Amino acid sequence: MATTDTQVKELIKREYEHGFVTEIESDTFEPGLNEDVIRRLSELKQEPEFMLEWRLKAYRRWLEMDEPEWAHVDFPKVDYNSISYYSAPKRPEDMPQSLDEVDPELLRTYEKLGIPLHERAKLAGVAVDAVFDSVSVATTFKEPLEKAGVIFCPISEALQKHPELVKKYLGSVVPAGDNYFAALNSAVFSDGSFVYIPKGVRCPMELSTYFRINAANTGQFERTLIIAEEGSYVSYLEGCTAPMRDENQLHAAVVELVILDDAQIKYSTVQNWYPGDENGKGGIYNFVTKRAACIGKNSKVSWTQVETGSAITWKYPSCVLRGENSVGEFYSVALTHNYQQADTGTKMIHLGKNTKSTIISKGISAGRSSNAYRGLVKFGPGAEGARNFTQCDSLLIGDRCGAHTFPYIESKNKSAIVEHEATTSKVSDEQMFLCRQRGIDPEQAVSMIVNGFCKEVFKELPMEFAVEASKLLEVSLEGSVG
Amino acid sequence: MLSIKNLHASVNGEEILKGINLEIKAGEVHAIMGPNGSGKSTLSQVLAGNETFEVTEGEVTLNGDNLLELVTEERAREGVFLAFQYPVEIPGVSNLQFLRTAVNAMRKHRGEEEMNAAEFMKLAKDVSRQVDLDPAFLKRGVNEGFSGGEKKRNEIMQALLLQPKLAILDETDSGLDIDALQVVSNGVNALRADDRAILMVTHYQRLLNHIVPDYVHVLAGGKIVKSGGRELALELEERGYGWLGIDAVDTSN
Ligand SMILES: Nc1ncnc2c1ncn2[C@@H]1O[C@H](COP(=O)(O)OP(=O)(O)OP(=O)(O)O)[C@@H](O)[C@H]1O
Ligand SMILES: [Mg+2]
Repeated sequence: MATTDTQVKELIKREYEHGFVTEIESDTFEPGLNEDVIRRLSELKQEPEFMLEWRLKAYRRWLEMDEPEWAHVDFPKVDYNSISYYSAPKRPEDMPQSLDEVDPELLRTYEKLGIPLHERAKLAGVAVDAVFDSVSVATTFKEPLEKAGVIFCPISEALQKHPELVKKYLGSVVPAGDNYFAALNSAVFSDGSFVYIPKGVRCPMELSTYFRINAANTGQFERTLIIAEEGSYVSYLEGCTAPMRDENQLHAAVVELVILDDAQIKYSTVQNWYPGDENGKGGIYNFVTKRAACIGKNSKVSWTQVETGSAITWKYPSCVLRGENSVGEFYSVALTHNYQQADTGTKMIHLGKNTKSTIISKGISAGRSSNAYRGLVKFGPGAEGARNFTQCDSLLIGDRCGAHTFPYIESKNKSAIVEHEATTSKVSDEQMFLCRQRGIDPEQAVSMIVNGFCKEVFKELPMEFAVEASKLLEVSLEGSVG
Repeated sequence: MLSIKNLHASVNGEEILKGINLEIKAGEVHAIMGPNGSGKSTLSQVLAGNETFEVTEGEVTLNGDNLLELVTEERAREGVFLAFQYPVEIPGVSNLQFLRTAVNAMRKHRGEEEMNAAEFMKLAKDVSRQVDLDPAFLKRGVNEGFSGGEKKRNEIMQALLLQPKLAILDETDSGLDIDALQVVSNGVNALRADDRAILMVTHYQRLLNHIVPDYVHVLAGGKIVKSGGRELALELEERGYGWLGIDAVDTSN
């Protein structure tokens, strides 16, 4: 990209204007966690007083809690005192200066995913191009959003510009003491996204973290809060299909969605963090708490996720259906390969009258991986006429992997109806033979069969995301045949 | 074109094909008949390269090339096509997508450009009409919920799309109603060409009224026990397999 010096300065200035980058001057904190660390963190971020109190309370709760052990996963204990809880964003001169300095394996994957050249650099964390790219994208997207009254900014910025909104809703869906990882996140979260859709507004575009600068640096303890006011609508895309360069081992994010009367949030995730190598070395631990509160009448939320990354995934996007006639949906594809372990699922908590939920879960296991679905469907006493439909399908590739299903149903209302279907199938030799007999490569055949298996979920994804997700499956399945 | 010499094959250590010899020239149609369990499907699958079966002895060449050296997809790309006796379902994968992937795999092998979705759609619609399958079937999952007869028509449609050099049709006539039999036969006749060989497994001589074969062979106990012209099928229909003295072979298996 040919740009003169003045243009560069202008771009940087503009970026600052829009508040997309938070200026912080500090180095990385010493590893370890205590109240003092939290105070310094909050101060650095110039947070309002209530936020510090909130963090400290969460920290004290966390100290009293035990790490959950019931998930169907197995990993060495995390030493929380060996982690640094604050790290300044990388300075441009510390980042790779060109694509030549980036791991060729990573670049090969980008190429396969069909990611345009200039975006590859950004994803790989290359200094200069990345900034230009994001700034221009960010500016084109900012205007129509502002016009519509939509707030979409880093949560650290929201804490300064809209503290009353954050104060009102933060922790209202996932309380600080909800679970071990949520408590930890509440105490030390670094940054994340904040979205506010005003009454009656249909967000003019799909919102994506992909377009936000700094996203790569907010990874470890990310906090997302989305509020959809009465009659509003937003579709939010989290992540991107390319594997992000990421040195953090532990990820403990929290996502809270608040949905008022007649409003709808569609939340789509594609997660492709480093899964570890083919011997099970390395990889991200992904322990995330995602929950939506349908507090309004006729409100609706759908979680759609395609997860192929991380060494260990522990994740249950949930819906609390409080408002009358509110609807919760969960569509999930979770693929594990090599030594990956995934324990995912959802919780549908029916509290209001005539609430409805749908769960479609597709688990794919290859290699020596283990893939578990864990789902809770609960009907409170007030859930008159509530219904749930659950369909839970597992697909095995090869015979050294495992799939497990743990459905839990609790009902305090006799009028509630649950339907549950579960299947386990294999990519059969006959299917493979048919494909190969028609001239199709074995790897392409597996990917086609797996894509077919996931179709019901893919069709819930926004179009361009669906195309990428299907390519991603293909790449993730490499080496699963033979 | 196709030459099979002393072919032996077994599954789980049990020998099923016990020395098959067969020559098929370009342009010819050969029918294979024979009792249940005699090895007709096994022969078809072995020719197509199904790895469940182990070839223990013998030679198979297609236009002089050693087929046994090639894996399934390579044989397919060299022009071997098998219409399955029991076509398997692939849920969620649309017929259209499946077929386009197949056609493009072949084109790529031949160094031709891949077909885009629109071009392929047009071609596929034409071919599906040729076997009297509603183009709506193209959108459904591969064989997913197809009736027996629909599956068979779908197989012939694939043969017409892929234009193989050697088409092996394993009981493509069974389970068809009278009209469908006519449709499938027309499809097979459309496949007949000077540069193509067809090997057709069937139990019914009535198919051979529609598709007149150049030769008829009887496979029993893993061997070809009799070969003849079109009239052999008529004789078999009249007299059964007993007169060939193969009942004994069958039960001793
Ligand atoms: N995968 C297998 N495992 C074990 N035995 C097999 C297998 N496949 C075929 N056989 C056996 O080989 C023999 C020949 O079977 P094949 O399917 O070739 O017969 P066929 O002539 O096609 O019969 P049909 O007319 O009933 O279709 C049978 O005894 C069958 O049980
Ligand atoms: Mg058979």
